[in-house]
Amino acid sequence: MGVCRVIEAQALTKRYGPKTAVDDLSFEVRPGFVTGFLGPNGSGKSTTMRLLLGLDRPTAGRSLINGKSYVDFAAPLHEVGALLEARAVHTGRSARNHLLAMAATNRIPRSRVDEMIGLVGLEDVAGKRVGGFSLGMGQRLGIASALLGDPGVLLLDEPVNGLDPEGILWIRNLLKALAAEGRTVFVSSHLMSEMAVTATEVIVVGRGKLIASGSVAEVIRGAGGGVVLVRTTEAERLAALLVAAQKVERLAPDVLQVSGMDSAAIGLVAAREAIPLIELTPQQATLEEAFMEITRDAVEFHGAELSGTELRGTELRGTELAPSGVGEAR
Amino acid sequence: MTATTIARSDVGAARITQAGVVRSEWIKIRSLRSTWFSLLAAVVMIVGLGTLFSGLHAHRVEQGNGPGAQIGLDATQVSLRGVFLAQLAIGVLGVLVITGEYSTGMIRSSLAAVPHRQPVLIAKALVFGVVVFVVSLASTFAGFLLGQQAQASTHAQASLSTPGALRAIVGGAAYLTLIGLLAVGLGFLIRNTAGAIATLFGIVLVAPILAAALPEPYSNDVAKYLPLNAGSQILVTMNFDPTQLRPWPGIAVTALYSVVALVGGALMLKRRDA
Repeated sequence: MGVCRVIEAQALTKRYGPKTAVDDLSFEVRPGFVTGFLGPNGSGKSTTMRLLLGLDRPTAGRSLINGKSYVDFAAPLHEVGALLEARAVHTGRSARNHLLAMAATNRIPRSRVDEMIGLVGLEDVAGKRVGGFSLGMGQRLGIASALLGDPGVLLLDEPVNGLDPEGILWIRNLLKALAAEGRTVFVSSHLMSEMAVTATEVIVVGRGKLIASGSVAEVIRGAGGGVVLVRTTEAERLAALLVAAQKVERLAPDVLQVSGMDSAAIGLVAAREAIPLIELTPQQATLEEAFMEITRDAVEFHGAELSGTELRGTELRGTELAPSGVGEAR
Repeated sequence: MTATTIARSDVGAARITQAGVVRSEWIKIRSLRSTWFSLLAAVVMIVGLGTLFSGLHAHRVEQGNGPGAQIGLDATQVSLRGVFLAQLAIGVLGVLVITGEYSTGMIRSSLAAVPHRQPVLIAKALVFGVVVFVVSLASTFAGFLLGQQAQASTHAQASLSTPGALRAIVGGAAYLTLIGLLAVGLGFLIRNTAGAIATLFGIVLVAPILAAALPEPYSNDVAKYLPLNAGSQILVTMNFDPTQLRPWPGIAVTALYSVVALVGGALMLKRRDA
């Protein structure tokens, strides 16, 4: 596969004063797949999106889309559609007028605006001011805006944020269908579970740095490949023999949990030493677990460690809570 | 509902044109309520206050000094006094056209659609400038005509053929447009509604007061070059104040403030992260 790099980040770096938001980040995104851009909140995903769109200027490095810098597109909306986080829409304007204004810049016909309003299901509220929209309606408007120019590349920052289950399903199917048409779909999210079912490829960042990239399966494997549960009558002897393992935990007198060694290797050791195995079960890691594993050191705000006594107090500050389910702070 | 329903539109040789960006800004400016409220306020101030001041002036003449003794009052200027209040509405609108995009995040959509950025500023200034000029001109005309009617009893009212009257009418609209464009430039420079409005009215309304506090020989040398003092000379048709600039040089000085703010705004727009 030769010319398969639609989005390229090359040593992309962005510093805001002393804070490095994106740190020497390089990656490639191929067409025809949904590529997830994963990372905890504050890991530089939104900044990277803004750099790709030429909204922020990189401190170092560069990014290319279809081999070009974004600012060099003659009509960018026809090539790249973007859903920006935090709803980049004037709240005092109606959805239709917003789309008409966006369309006019890139000479997109009016008919396309109504088509997109229909596609995202906003017909009934298209004439209403965006300020009164729910988060889900806002996201649908953002999707309509991104698809206006029928672009081959889509950059979507947290598109499922605030959507109800029906909306999430809708986005998931839409993204897959867009990718199936050969488009490049690059979607950021901090929701691993969502990306696990939507994305084929993932790029994982933490503190602005690339942590892992590849197919979902590769990333899971790279994170340690999960663990193997071993039930044996000679747990102690087997544990001592599994020198290749990263970690062997004894969960019960006859149960070991082995990480960093696959079931075949464990089985061979046991066979060689004639240790009877009653059970040998690989525990399939999920993308979520893999993500937690590989971003452990890269999480910006660790969850406050709450002991029983601390729970009595009410001094839980928002920023110290675990970074899940909350929109990325801007 | 799947994406297969998305027909490929004719991408062809589409490219961003200044005309397209202007059309976009025209859609934007007319689709916000704040535009209509601000313009309505400006119209009411120009026409209403022009008529009111003219009526009060005529009343004063009837009461005291009698016909002929106009105490040197400029009938045209009296009927255009509303311009001074209308500049508040126009100034606020000029700031909001820009900072409203920054506060809502809309600016990122606008600049992603037009990554060269400058066409956005040009289109905004152009569309806003034309809208404000047209509305202001209609208002100064109406204010002048109604105002002169209200001054009929003084027998010293002006007409469109009075020397300087037309200049004052068109100039009043031009002055408001320039103050509005100064606001647009400050909006791009400061990006924050409160900050830009404070700066605008600091320059336009507060600076003349501060200049007056300077020691005598310098006080007027500074004051006459401030945008309010300089630009408002265009409303004068008689008894020109020798310490102030003449009408045309005056409005040119005000225009210079607007140009500097717009150029500064354009440079910062290009340089800064959105």
